[in-house]
Amino acid sequence: MSITGTDIKIEQKYISLFAEQEEILNKSVSGHIAAQRAEAIQQFEAKGIPTKKVENYKYTNMVPLFEEEYGYDFEHEVFKQDLSEVFNCNVHELEATTIYLINGWYYRKNEITTSLPEGVLIGSLAEHSKSHPEIFEKHYNQYAKNDEDSLVALNTAYAQDGFFIYIPKGVVIEKPIQIVNIMHSQKDLMAFPRNLVVIEENAQAKILFCEHTLADQKYLLSGVTEAFVDKNAVFDIYNIQNQHNLTTNVSSFFVKQKQHSSILTHNLTLHTGVTRNNIYVDMDDEHCESHVYGLFISDKNQHVDNFSFIDHAKPNCYSEELFKGVLDDAATATFAGKIMVRPDAQKTNAFQRNDNLLLTDTAKMNTKPMLEIYADDVKCSHGATVGQLDEKAMFYLRSRGISKEESRILLMYAFAYEAVEKIRVEAVREQIRELVENVFRGELNKCNSCVLCNQDGTEGNSCM
Amino acid sequence: MLEIKDLHAKIDDKEILRGINLTVKPGEVHAIMGPNGSGKSTLSSVLAGSEVFDVSEGSASFYGKDLLDMPAEDRAREGLFYSFQYPVEIPGVSMVNFMRTAVNEHRKYNELKPYTASEFLKLMREKKKLVEIDSNLTNRSVNEGFSGGEKKKNEIFQMAMLQPKVAILDETDSGLDIDALRIVANGVNKLKSENNATIVITHYQRLLDHIVPDFVHVLYKGRIVMSAGKELAHELEEKGYDWIKKQFED
Ligand SMILES: Nc1ncnc2c1ncn2[C@@H]1O[C@H](COP(=O)(O)OP(=O)(O)OP(=O)(O)O)[C@@H](O)[C@H]1O
Ligand SMILES: [Mg+2]
Repeated sequence: MSITGTDIKIEQKYISLFAEQEEILNKSVSGHIAAQRAEAIQQFEAKGIPTKKVENYKYTNMVPLFEEEYGYDFEHEVFKQDLSEVFNCNVHELEATTIYLINGWYYRKNEITTSLPEGVLIGSLAEHSKSHPEIFEKHYNQYAKNDEDSLVALNTAYAQDGFFIYIPKGVVIEKPIQIVNIMHSQKDLMAFPRNLVVIEENAQAKILFCEHTLADQKYLLSGVTEAFVDKNAVFDIYNIQNQHNLTTNVSSFFVKQKQHSSILTHNLTLHTGVTRNNIYVDMDDEHCESHVYGLFISDKNQHVDNFSFIDHAKPNCYSEELFKGVLDDAATATFAGKIMVRPDAQKTNAFQRNDNLLLTDTAKMNTKPMLEIYADDVKCSHGATVGQLDEKAMFYLRSRGISKEESRILLMYAFAYEAVEKIRVEAVREQIRELVENVFRGELNKCNSCVLCNQDGTEGNSCM
Repeated sequence: MLEIKDLHAKIDDKEILRGINLTVKPGEVHAIMGPNGSGKSTLSSVLAGSEVFDVSEGSASFYGKDLLDMPAEDRAREGLFYSFQYPVEIPGVSMVNFMRTAVNEHRKYNELKPYTASEFLKLMREKKKLVEIDSNLTNRSVNEGFSGGEKKKNEIFQMAMLQPKVAILDETDSGLDIDALRIVANGVNKLKSENNATIVITHYQRLLDHIVPDFVHVLYKGRIVMSAGKELAHELEEKGYDWIKKQFED
């Protein structure tokens, strides 16, 4: 029997590649990370790449995206490259500690200029897995749900590097830590960045994670970030996705919270090809507070799929979710918000909302709240709206001499405003306000511009 | 300056304006009165450029230009101002940003440089005083959560900012308390000059004591059925509309 191309299941390609590359994958990481792979690849094999038949992927079939041919960078060729040759950021309006990743790899020439408090670790996941095995044994791959999402399992199988942040007990980092991941290659590329954040008791940190594409190749990014937020700790992560149309970005975030901790996640999808965001919040202790936000602005044929799972496992926790979307042209988007209130979780407060603005008849939005409530003394609410620009407001603005185009921009911004204002770091909020306004004005340089740099495209690194 | 001839407008094939004729000259004050639903607000919004209504017949010229041919924003920039009967709340758009954009778009249209931030704020301060509008209001989103009276004051504030040639005030007096009515009327009077004109739509004589009209028109079933001097307003206040309705039953 001959095997023709179509007979080979797409999963097999990733499984064989894994078998062939495992040794190389293991080179840079600790034994602990390597040891997680075998089970993960099995989990991946068992479930396969999600199609629309998978409940949580009902509106996004991932198979065609994974069927494309991509190269890989497991030995990290860009390693040897000088980042400043392709990217430089010299306007630092935001005071931040900035580090770069290239194709998900920690950039080895990162210089952390600001002096960090003692015990704080910011750097490469691979390197720290070797130098600080105790932290990794405790936290690495503890929160990611490999069994629930085969793409998360695939990441665990292939994980090599990413950022690692450790904030010890009682340390408060005031300035945001900015992490810029740049996709840059001569060929189409897939990458599986893996990040880990550990915020100990009474510690605080805020991350601004910017994802960019710098060359017009096709990219498949499937990243996983795990965060452990201990008692009384405060942690914010703002993820700005600003990538060209040939990018598929699957970004999964898992957070485990302890008593009296407060977290905030904000996915700002400003430009992309296909984006799938998974946000899993596990409130595993009493009096946790979580804020899960998103803002997506899409046009052309872009597709954004936000999936969240807020797990109220213990009593007296609070969660608040707000996702807002603005869809133009033939853009499509999905929001699915699962809230689980377990039998134990009395006095839960859980609020969820998804509001969408459709600018054309061809744009499409699917929104689906999924509430499972097994406790009786709870306050939960959810709501979703899909609407158009308010014609009355348009007329009001225009009757004051404001052009149609400018009125549209004002109203789109007004719609997005609520989500932008949820950013609780003032400096970041101001940057993002401007960035979002630029998106609505069509003035955002879609591939190269970095939030902080507003860098223009350079020759050879053009935008799609 | 404004010349409306045989203006017909409809919505969903329902004719609401059925042949309006009205000429307004610089320096004049016209009052338009008439029963509920007669088409006063429709006339205003058609003139202001609302796309909700279809103009099926007639013309309107503004300083010789074809008003009906211009988009709403150009009508405003040419100097037409419509104070809404029901001002729209726009959460998320700040008053300051709204007004700065509006004023500067007017300036651009007239080939003037945009105001600098400080010039603009100075102008705001001046005009706020004129209509005695609370500073807190201008720090909020456009009309969001404003009381009925505050919304009306805000309309006049915008008018003061934009300095139109013709202002149509659609029931600006409704919802105003006695003091506010005086303030708003004073504001309107202070903005009056021999170069601009005002069209006041109202149900009550009260406002016309403050803003004294040169002409009073009665709009009924989409037509101006009667025009006279300011004494007509008094007569209407006394007698109501029945006697007019009887004459124009059709
Ligand atoms: N958007 C619309 N759709 C359908 N009918 C409308 C619309 N706008 C106005 N009309 C109708 O047109 C007629 C005139 O309304 P208009 O608001 O112009 O009256 P008005 O004279 O301003 O009344 P009022 O004194 O109550 O403010 C009414 O019968 C009204 O129902
Ligand atoms: Mg009216």
